[in-house]
Amino acid sequence: MRILENLLYTNDHEWIRVEGNEAYIGITDYAQHALGDIVFVELPEVDAQFNAGDAFGVIESVKAAADIYIPVSARIIEVNEEISDDPSLVNKDAFENWMIKVELLDKSELDNLMTAKDYEEHCSKEE
Amino acid sequence: MENLKRTPLYEIYSKYGGKVIDFAGWELPVQYDGIIPEHEAVRNSAGIFDVSHMGEIEVKGKEAFDFIQNLITNDISKLENQQVIYSMMCYENGGVVDDLLVYKFNDEHYFLVVNASNVDKDFQWMVQNKKGFNVELDNISSNIAEIALQGPKAQDILQKLVDFDLSEIKFFYCKRNVKIDGVDCLVSRTGYTGEDGFEIYMDNDNAVKIWEKIMDAGKNEGLKAAGLGCRDTLRFEANLPLYGNEISETITPLEAGYGFFVKLDKENFIGKRALLKQKEEGLKRKIVGFEMIDKGIPRHGYDVLANGKVTGFVTTGYFSPTLKKNIGLAIVDIENSELGSEVEIVIRNKPQRAKVVSRKFYTKNYKK
Repeated sequence: MRILENLLYTNDHEWIRVEGNEAYIGITDYAQHALGDIVFVELPEVDAQFNAGDAFGVIESVKAAADIYIPVSARIIEVNEEISDDPSLVNKDAFENWMIKVELLDKSELDNLMTAKDYEEHCSKEE
Repeated sequence: MENLKRTPLYEIYSKYGGKVIDFAGWELPVQYDGIIPEHEAVRNSAGIFDVSHMGEIEVKGKEAFDFIQNLITNDISKLENQQVIYSMMCYENGGVVDDLLVYKFNDEHYFLVVNASNVDKDFQWMVQNKKGFNVELDNISSNIAEIALQGPKAQDILQKLVDFDLSEIKFFYCKRNVKIDGVDCLVSRTGYTGEDGFEIYMDNDNAVKIWEKIMDAGKNEGLKAAGLGCRDTLRFEANLPLYGNEISETITPLEAGYGFFVKLDKENFIGKRALLKQKEEGLKRKIVGFEMIDKGIPRHGYDVLANGKVTGFVTTGYFSPTLKKNIGLAIVDIENSELGSEVEIVIRNKPQRAKVVSRKFYTKNYKK
């Protein structure tokens, strides 16, 4: 399982890469592996706003559907249409293939997220 | 996972990368490599499944024929020795107790294969309905392992392990006492995938040995270990029903569209009166195939709307690995069941458009 150092993580296996007041968000390698072959991704509309912990989209494998939660309060700037067209990209590289690009509404919420090291420990407990 | 049952093949799951889940009280692999690659292996070459959780019940005695003829909806009067038939078993009200395979060894000896989740219920039902019949029933489920080898390469693979020409076993026939590596097996040309293939029964102690022998024989044939995940997508594409989805205590075989397996001209069987009445009065609802027009994957249990009102629910739905489309089966009121009509599937509280289509999503590839 891959975990990248420069990202922050949630309990629910989302990652966020912060760039100034903006950020990219996706699901982790652990999550894509647990889901199996991903066959459908539903992403939000641009400009939609979410509070930290809200479900912003859905990801489906052959067998199951799972909500994806936003790590921090944010406004959607862009969605990754490439993964809507070919959801299997998320299986190929879950960190490269982000889902949404957002504007952060409250940067202090980032303090509630896990570092790579914490996340690794979190995953090892779920095994 | 406590108190879950394990098949004698449990030990091989981790060796082949199996991801184990709780299925009807059993620890079974939902997948090994992945549902899609396993599904494709079965369609294009071959897959091997542990289906030892299935139940087996032996029926022996002078009136075995009469007992089964009364118990099930299909007609076994024309069955030859070593022939196999698929049937439903109904309640008096026409609801389904279970679906099953009936193997005829001879007039006084039959072998029934039922769903894992229903074994106890089925056995009880049979015992309850054996009054007046001179038969003995034996639930041998816990002694028997079953391996399904399915796909266009299934015969080539199994042929390497037996000393007779496998084409002797015709579609829906079986052969007893087949020696595989010295082990006595029952082999039938049957399955639950829409492909050619075999189901192989043996005693528990030899299951691992036979599994590995088949794995070895299939090494260069594209054989893959396959889990319950693709078993369901495969049977669904081939329009084969799953108990609890397309047929159940509340969905009759006629509503489900499997009237072919209900012989209403047979003298008598449990549920005949109710099913005959349902046929005469005309169906009020039935199962249809549908294809999504809008985005979204339909899932078991989702509501189906017509003109904004609930007309039924999805019995099975998937992203079809073979067709690469979002399709499903749904039971709907008869007035909304016509091919080409538009309905809506409620996916996460949003109605999404779908079109009623033929249920023959995939043309079965049997060797008959």
